[in-house]
Amino acid sequence: MKPYRKVAIVGAGITKFIHKAKETPKELAWAAAKMTLESCNMKLSDVDAVVHGTAPDAFDGVHMKGEYLAEASGGWNKPYLRCYVGGGTGVFAPAQAWLHIASGAFDTCLAVCEEKMSNCQPHPQGAFLTIFDNFLERPLKPNLLWIFSLEMNRYMSTYGLKIEDIAPVSVKNKNNALDHPSAQAAEPVTLQDVLNSEIMAWPVHRLMVSPTSDGAAAVLLASEEKARQITDKPVWIEGVGWNLDTAYWTNRDLCYPQYVEKAVRMAYEMADIKEPKKEIHIAEPYDPFAYKELHHMEGLLLCDKGKAPEDLALGRFDRQKGSLPACPSGGLLGVGNPIAAAGMMKVCELFWQLRGEAGKRQVPGQPKKAVAQAWGDLMQVGTVLVCGVN
Amino acid sequence: MNEQASLAPVVPQLIGTNLRTRDFRTGSVFFEYYKPKLEYAWDTGKAIGKFLAEMKKGRVAATHCSKCKRTLVPPRIFCEKCFRDIDKWVTLKDTGVIETFSVSFVTWDVKRLEKPQIPAVIAIDGATPGYGFLHLINTKDWKALRVGQRVKAVWKPAHQRKGSITDIKYFEVIE
Repeated sequence: MKPYRKVAIVGAGITKFIHKAKETPKELAWAAAKMTLESCNMKLSDVDAVVHGTAPDAFDGVHMKGEYLAEASGGWNKPYLRCYVGGGTGVFAPAQAWLHIASGAFDTCLAVCEEKMSNCQPHPQGAFLTIFDNFLERPLKPNLLWIFSLEMNRYMSTYGLKIEDIAPVSVKNKNNALDHPSAQAAEPVTLQDVLNSEIMAWPVHRLMVSPTSDGAAAVLLASEEKARQITDKPVWIEGVGWNLDTAYWTNRDLCYPQYVEKAVRMAYEMADIKEPKKEIHIAEPYDPFAYKELHHMEGLLLCDKGKAPEDLALGRFDRQKGSLPACPSGGLLGVGNPIAAAGMMKVCELFWQLRGEAGKRQVPGQPKKAVAQAWGDLMQVGTVLVCGVN
Repeated sequence: MNEQASLAPVVPQLIGTNLRTRDFRTGSVFFEYYKPKLEYAWDTGKAIGKFLAEMKKGRVAATHCSKCKRTLVPPRIFCEKCFRDIDKWVTLKDTGVIETFSVSFVTWDVKRLEKPQIPAVIAIDGATPGYGFLHLINTKDWKALRVGQRVKAVWKPAHQRKGSITDIKYFEVIE
């Protein structure tokens, strides 16, 4: 895919990520949208189109959630698109907003992602049960943890990994999140804490799972000409990619996310990145579970297959001293996981990091190129954004 | 800890107010409650309909595409790779290999289970290597389970089978 013109992120906004918000979904989306516009001194009348990302209607018990959230996201009386690819939505939404502008159709586009999981009783996992095949899987009474634990075990078995090789992801991310003002699950945990936390679905332990969350995040995108008028620090979207694998997930080798590789190859080609291991300075891989960060670092071609745990152990992903900091935000494990908003939080993080505005979380050495990735549907979609500054 | 973190140069105070579960119990917040009543009846269709009819007879059925030579289970009436109709039905064995498994100690609403469930992806003998379906494993000692172990289906007695994936009670290790 060849973009017609360059697109930049010019503003970003986020709410706190919390277990049970007093604010309604609309009030959360509004807070993120408002902060985004204020961050770059823009008004809603300056916005040409709006893209909204939010996960299943079933979380809220509100059908047509895109329409429900439109006014709060600035979509009233504007070209408006709601998109949804499960957990992949948070990076898919800004990729669709990018298309709006790169195609030449619009000059500015606001992308807002919101999720309020706590509405769903007694537990938001109930809304996930219908992702399983209605004939062959649901009669077995599956729960969402199964697919993660099955995938993690396949990953471990293929490469001879132990739980101890993977658990340090939780330690890193939950500690990184101590410096994120939105964080819900930041904790100064140790490796022993993670290993001693109870087994949910072996090999997954409780502290290797991200929490359920409420929250919202947003970015404003603009064409090159507009972006230079709005800010002197535009963050360019240099590549986007997305790819969907088969829903026949029991026909795939779960040890490797092929669809993430396909998505990132699309983005790297667009961004003219030939050696991602050297050229990418920061990664925000999708980390709803500890092993997923490693799985995705491999899918993003930033580590050799089966070698991400080794890189982790050598400190390559550390925020201060690592050569390729991964999840400097604190990730979903530390900041929280309001599904669509969690992926968007990663895009916001790239924006702040590349502008040198990430405060205590700032990766040293003036990083120039970064990648954010989300994942979802039935373990089958990869969504990717590559960002850069000059 | 959130108060100490900075997000320069954006707004100093992020929005988001935490409620507690007991706020709902004690009525200290106003709220509405709704329990949807939705029911569905799904026709099993051509491919899965036949697969389940074969299950009732104690057999595992698959479809085959003679162009890409894949033998597909779960079966479908079209080959998604060649994007054409499948060519024939075949019967597979009721044995296979554990591709991966898990030992689940919680229900979907995160209540602890006394006896864990052991879901597994079983690659079925006779299908394209690595192709199979989700099912359960029965074992006395889950710690001895390994990816790659061979398993065999344990069927319900014929009179109890009703054309469901649960006509197989579970799989058991055979070596």
